[in-house]
Amino acid sequence: MLNERIILAGFGGQGIMLMGQLLTQAGMNEEKEVSWLPSYGPEMRGGTANCDVMISDKPIASPIISADATCAIVMNLPSMVKFVPEVEPGGVVLVNSSLIEETVERTDVKVYYIPCNDIANDLGNMKIANMVMLGAYIEIRRSLDPESVLQALESKLGMTKASLMDINRQAFAKGAEAAKLQM
Amino acid sequence: MAVVFQKTKGLTDVETHYCPGCTHGIIHRLVGEVMEELGILGKSIGVAPVGCSVLAYNYFNCDMSEAAHGRAPAVATGIKRILPDNVVFTYQGDGDLASIGTAEIVHAAHRSENITTIFVNNAIYGMTGGQMAPTTLIGQRTTTSPYGRDAATTGMPIKMSEMLAQVPGATFVERVAVNSPANVRKAKRAIKKAFEIQLEGKGFAIVEVLSTCPTNWGMNPVKALRWLEDNLMVYYPLGNFRDYQEVENA
Amino acid sequence: MSKVLMKGNEAIGAAAIAAGCKYFFGYPITPQSELPEYMSARLPKIGGVYLQAESEVAAINMVYGAAGTGKRVMTSSSSPGIALKQEGISYIAGAELPCVIVNMVRGGPGLGSIQPAQSDYNQATRGGGDGDYKLLVYAPGNIQEMVDLVQLAFDKADYYRNPVMILGDGMMGQMMEPVEFKEMPKMDLPAKDWATTGTQEKRKPNVINSLYLAAEELEQHNIHLQTKYQEMIDKEIMFEEYNMEGAELVIVAYGTTARISKAAVDLLQAQGIHVGLIRPITVWPFPYQAIKDLPESAKNILCVEMSMGQMIDDVRIGNEGQRPIHFVGRSGGMIPTPQLVIDKVKEILNGGK
Repeated sequence: MLNERIILAGFGGQGIMLMGQLLTQAGMNEEKEVSWLPSYGPEMRGGTANCDVMISDKPIASPIISADATCAIVMNLPSMVKFVPEVEPGGVVLVNSSLIEETVERTDVKVYYIPCNDIANDLGNMKIANMVMLGAYIEIRRSLDPESVLQALESKLGMTKASLMDINRQAFAKGAEAAKLQM
Repeated sequence: MAVVFQKTKGLTDVETHYCPGCTHGIIHRLVGEVMEELGILGKSIGVAPVGCSVLAYNYFNCDMSEAAHGRAPAVATGIKRILPDNVVFTYQGDGDLASIGTAEIVHAAHRSENITTIFVNNAIYGMTGGQMAPTTLIGQRTTTSPYGRDAATTGMPIKMSEMLAQVPGATFVERVAVNSPANVRKAKRAIKKAFEIQLEGKGFAIVEVLSTCPTNWGMNPVKALRWLEDNLMVYYPLGNFRDYQEVENA
Repeated sequence: MSKVLMKGNEAIGAAAIAAGCKYFFGYPITPQSELPEYMSARLPKIGGVYLQAESEVAAINMVYGAAGTGKRVMTSSSSPGIALKQEGISYIAGAELPCVIVNMVRGGPGLGSIQPAQSDYNQATRGGGDGDYKLLVYAPGNIQEMVDLVQLAFDKADYYRNPVMILGDGMMGQMMEPVEFKEMPKMDLPAKDWATTGTQEKRKPNVINSLYLAAEELEQHNIHLQTKYQEMIDKEIMFEEYNMEGAELVIVAYGTTARISKAAVDLLQAQGIHVGLIRPITVWPFPYQAIKDLPESAKNILCVEMSMGQMIDDVRIGNEGQRPIHFVGRSGGMIPTPQLVIDKVKEILNGGK
């Protein structure tokens, strides 16, 4: 039975909220129960950003993660320090190793190191580091069909930005490849 | 026998509660006559204030809404935005408009709400028993300025018309008085114009009417009129402060 | 109609429009600004009016004027802003005008925080401004319910000629969940022959007013209002019971804390501890009878709130001294966790250890 509780965290501008929304939207499209709960700093730009995403076969009771995350996606070092303790034993941590040199000390969680920014850079667009990470996440967790996540992105981009779909697909695939190497 | 005077249809038959000699009655009549003459009684909605004219909703012969203290321009905004083809006016005193309701009147003018405001300035809080108003003159004794208003501690009397004339959205701003038959006729012309501007969709119009309060000024009605001429009209000069034609030409 | 993923604040706006509300007067304040933003984008396109007032005070008075014309109108704010609106809310209740007011509560007192809280419970359920009046107050438990209740709120406001409040919190406003806009059953509503729309010189003037200078008239007016409130008590109470049969302890919580408590109830059940939940959906009128009629098995009551304890007073009233009442909560924008609730339940069941 699916009961995925994901924390996504990073700094403002990394597309953290969008990652969470895409997972939520994709979950909804697959007729799962979902919720997306943001937590912002008071500043509008450049602060910390994190959100909790629930994807479940059962109605979501509490939309808040409290030390029971099944997965944490951390895009920068402060997020790793803050949110790795929120993962339940046996859970999964995805680390953006492009920006985080440190490794996770916990031994009761499975950790994957995905060089999101390096991969995005190789593809020529730094903004798609978040899609690299989503590709890795889906490959590892298989909580959703990869195509539903990409479709969620497609509808988010809309007609005007449809041309960006190609490079996002590539980023998603590269993230999945990077994850596979560590599985 | 020829009829030389007839009560306007713009007022109801309810006897007013105003004190003898108070000029609110004249101002009510002028507003009522203007609504009747413009044929807008059936589509007018008035907003009454808190203060002496709190019961104005009983006297005007049109739909009325009683607002909280100072909030008449906001209430009028709510009505007018939903019923743009109706005529909406506020009738407010100096405590209501120039003290507790300054934000509402300034922003109604600023948005150039297409409403008409009748602002009755008698330099005192009448209904609550003669306390100092923002428009009370320097040296004027009231129940809360028993030694006379002191500029050092209470500031100078506020000149709302001059102030509102600086607001870009104010289409028409005029100060009148009802101390003499000639001035009453001028006051009516200004009030009529303020309603006509609304009918033309030209935006915010306000007429400040200098008025007396014999009871709280502690004078008989005749002496009160004299005091208005010798004091209020000196500090608050009559005249037009802003007119839309001038705005259009600017 | 299919589901859409929406933020709570935007879902409220969409629900209001679906209910025929085309007029919104507001003022920005975190954490509800997405609602006025949504309205400012949508309303001008459907022939409605969005107006950003100069203050919350002005906004609620614009609502007063607008509601007086008989049209469906809404305003929203968060705690300090709702405090400012109390003057107007009292006038609207006194003048018997329908409108819907949304409070996405944040931490207080004073400027407080911008994080979610439930510390406006007393203000919402006791009137809030001057005089003897009540609001019908809905406290939705999730965004779907919020959407359904917003639509119901407009009908109830019209039916009772009374302001109806949606009491949410910052978390419900900002989180996203799938929602479905269902076709709501149409209520039979009386004509608004009291509205100020101009006499057309064909009827006597209508007056919107809350002033009654004669004491005996005001008393009669108050008695009339109380009759209305009694009808709400008789007809409008809504609550949810969860896992109640055989529960040895019952949690009472509404809104966000009810969700958290439900998670705690499930986790406790998995550990073999049987706890029930009563979730008031109307917090005024409050489901006193449900508290009074707890199953025999329940020996304790636990109130969970995002405040220092406000709803607990209503639970005390309903309990009529039958069972010990305990409290656990966080305040200031802190959100209680299911674990906090679980620990408290275990402490109570272990006799306070």
